[in-house]
Amino acid sequence: MDAREPGDKQRALAQVVERVLAAFHPQSGTILDELVISLTPQAVKSACQLARDDPELAFDYLRCLSVVDLGNTLQVVYHLYSTRHRHKMVIKVALPPGERRISSVTPLWPGADWHEREAYDLFGVTFEGHPKLKPLLLWEGFPGHPLLKSYPVSGLEEVPG
Amino acid sequence: MIGRLDTVDMMVNMGPQHPSTHGVFRMVLTVDGERIVAAEPVIGYLHRGVEKLCENLTYRQIVPLFDRMDYLADYNNELGLALALEKLMGIQPPRRAEFIRVILCELTRITSHMMFYGSFGSDAGVTTPFIYAFRQREEVQQVLESVSGVRMMPNYIRVGGLREDVPADFSERLSKLLPKLRQGIEECDDLLTRNEIMLARSAGLAAISGKEAIAYGLSGPNLRASGVAEDIRRTQPYSIYPELEFDVPLGQNGDIWDRYCIRLEEMRQSVKIVEQCLEKMPDGPTMAEMPKALRPPPGEVYVCAENPRGDFGVYLVSQGGDKPYRLKVRAPSFCNLMVLERLLKGCYVADCVLVLGSLDIVLGEVDR
Amino acid sequence: MNWVVELVLRVVAVLAFLVLTVLFLIWLERKVLGRIQMRMGPMRTAPYGVLQPVADALKLMTKEGLRPQGADTWVYHLGPVVAVLPALLVWVTIPFTGSLVVQDMRLGAFYIVAVSGVSVVGMVMAGWSSNNKYALLGAARSAAQMISYELPLVLALLGVVMLAQSLSLGDIVAQQSPWPYLLLQPLGFALFLVAGLAELARNPFDIYHADTEIVGGPFVEYSGIRWALFFMAEYVNLFAICALASLLFLGGWKGPLLPPILWFLVKTYAFVFFIIWLRAALPRLRIDQLMTLAWRYLVPLAFANILLNAFYLYFELPAWTLSLASLALLGVAVVPLYRHWSGRAVVKARLADRVGMSKAESQA
Repeated sequence: MDAREPGDKQRALAQVVERVLAAFHPQSGTILDELVISLTPQAVKSACQLARDDPELAFDYLRCLSVVDLGNTLQVVYHLYSTRHRHKMVIKVALPPGERRISSVTPLWPGADWHEREAYDLFGVTFEGHPKLKPLLLWEGFPGHPLLKSYPVSGLEEVPG
Repeated sequence: MIGRLDTVDMMVNMGPQHPSTHGVFRMVLTVDGERIVAAEPVIGYLHRGVEKLCENLTYRQIVPLFDRMDYLADYNNELGLALALEKLMGIQPPRRAEFIRVILCELTRITSHMMFYGSFGSDAGVTTPFIYAFRQREEVQQVLESVSGVRMMPNYIRVGGLREDVPADFSERLSKLLPKLRQGIEECDDLLTRNEIMLARSAGLAAISGKEAIAYGLSGPNLRASGVAEDIRRTQPYSIYPELEFDVPLGQNGDIWDRYCIRLEEMRQSVKIVEQCLEKMPDGPTMAEMPKALRPPPGEVYVCAENPRGDFGVYLVSQGGDKPYRLKVRAPSFCNLMVLERLLKGCYVADCVLVLGSLDIVLGEVDR
Repeated sequence: MNWVVELVLRVVAVLAFLVLTVLFLIWLERKVLGRIQMRMGPMRTAPYGVLQPVADALKLMTKEGLRPQGADTWVYHLGPVVAVLPALLVWVTIPFTGSLVVQDMRLGAFYIVAVSGVSVVGMVMAGWSSNNKYALLGAARSAAQMISYELPLVLALLGVVMLAQSLSLGDIVAQQSPWPYLLLQPLGFALFLVAGLAELARNPFDIYHADTEIVGGPFVEYSGIRWALFFMAEYVNLFAICALASLLFLGGWKGPLLPPILWFLVKTYAFVFFIIWLRAALPRLRIDQLMTLAWRYLVPLAFANILLNAFYLYFELPAWTLSLASLALLGVAVVPLYRHWSGRAVVKARLADRVGMSKAESQA
């Protein structure tokens, strides 16, 4: 079974992250064995660039980019992994209430492309700087953003029959 | 006297209905003669809103939904979900259950790669490998059917262990099957791997470097074909994989042929893993003590497992209820498919089918 | 008027034979493919599925013949006809035995080459008139392929004609005693087989009607009886190429013990079986690889073959020198081709050398 407490490696990583990303005032914590840092939306692009390029961090692999609807705010969650050092980190960015724009990390990790398009499609979050932001999964002209909590699971319109 | 001929790029649609797009998948190709200038994949034809549905179903009810995502690796999907919940709730499944889970997942890996092998040959124009592969696959499917009762969508691997124990003749049946499977894999290898036409069609094509593969978020055999040593069973081990001996094949060029060879070799390694598990499997219960209603504590967890197609990630956010608050599935085929545009630039139209086949996607998990 | 009646009777006999052969070939292909793939092939329509081709033919004849809107009507309807007629016309001069032939023309080989070239027009007509991008791509590919492979085919044929000093097929067979031309012309034989396969658009050269890519190629908009005509053209051509191969290189109907017609059929069906076997076993080549094969390998080899024959005839060398030279040239040619196709991979990609990740190495 996976560890439920951060190991030595993760603790060492936490210290490196405090130091390298100090300029962005990250608030770090741990959830189970994951190191989680929170950033402001404005800091995302530069912090992620630093996370990718700094040799001690070397987060070259974006595993997952998700959006969580926390009721009145949206939270963008980045799961990062380094193939060189084999450590992982979670970056959480809480968007201000009513705000749905954040910079895109696709220029840094091309593998974020479709994750961001999916978030745009299903949550309505606009990623500035994305090369080709258009809906991915839903049909053209689909009204609304289904994965928001305000969207009912049975759909906005009655299905006939 | 012949000046420059002005030509117009033609748009060819490899539509959602096509014999070789491995599901409902559309590629809009801009073609200059026989060369592809641009390729735009269009997905979403199989989108069923699984993530939204999961937010409204209890944890035990979402297992069938996970079956239907990557429908060729159903046991592996269920394992991903079980691992996520077990980590969040702090549950340790019994040893016997862990061993059986690994056996089933590795057998599913074999069936999935056999399917890849068959359809890869068929994409290249030869139908015989399909039949050879399915002969082996059928034997494995019958063993899997004896375990869970169905050939697909088993709903068998649950949080805390398994739905029920395997039948009494499982070990014996499997030990008889494995040597035949080994031989079958060698036959398949003989038929296609060193065929000169196959090599001409696939060696050196659609190559991607390790660095680019990492940047694009590739995983599984696609990433390992480019020489990147990443296998979740080794780098972030789960279940009982740390106790098992197996090799992880790595490629050198990251081309179509490497991806194909790696999957073939992975099949052999899976057979090895299953043999070890059969030897070491203890007796005992197959389900831990579980509460009647699953209510994980508030929190979140991200686990990943090595599916046949790559890194299957489950991001689960729980707010204490009996339904997930947010369940995001990081589907490997979804992430692998992003690289298609990059790979297809400059290829021939005839190659695009092989390139798509070599990525080995399943539309169920691309679209969810 | 007797000769008119006799001619008509012969023509009718050949046509009847061809129709029966096509039916038989459909059955044979499905059975042989099935057996190679470890399955049984058709078994339900009559014992061992012998009526399967009849069932297929009936089905095709009763299907609705759809015509896409925007298709060029006359060209669309004439396409299959133009594709089938040359296939049938070729059989006018192919001798089954010394006496069983419709008309053994003095210009037999020339006639065959000239007539069979027309079938390309039929394919292109079909692809163009269908008003469909896939069909257009398929037509373009098929035209390129067939025209390219005409050259090695004709040159290989020419090599045999040079040795026999006659264009008449009956004479060519007569000249093949005591040794069939296969022994004198292994290179020519290989060229003829490969070029013939490509002319027929059979695996590994069936790119232009590849189901998995271009969904039928030029025939994608055809259904019913018109599609059946294309199908029939393919099988009649297949039988024609196999018959020609056995006539030109294996000595046709000559052989001890068995009656000549039986020898002819045995040799022809040996080739048919080989071609079906290739279909089961080989992937298909891409169009550019196909063209490279034709122009960079087969055409120069074909010319070299002609040169060899010329030397042999002019200097009146003993027969074994020709066999040896031909075989040597074939061997020499195969090596760079093999390298070109698989050299990059075979050297680097021996599975035994794959880097594996040991347990220690991977734990971070």
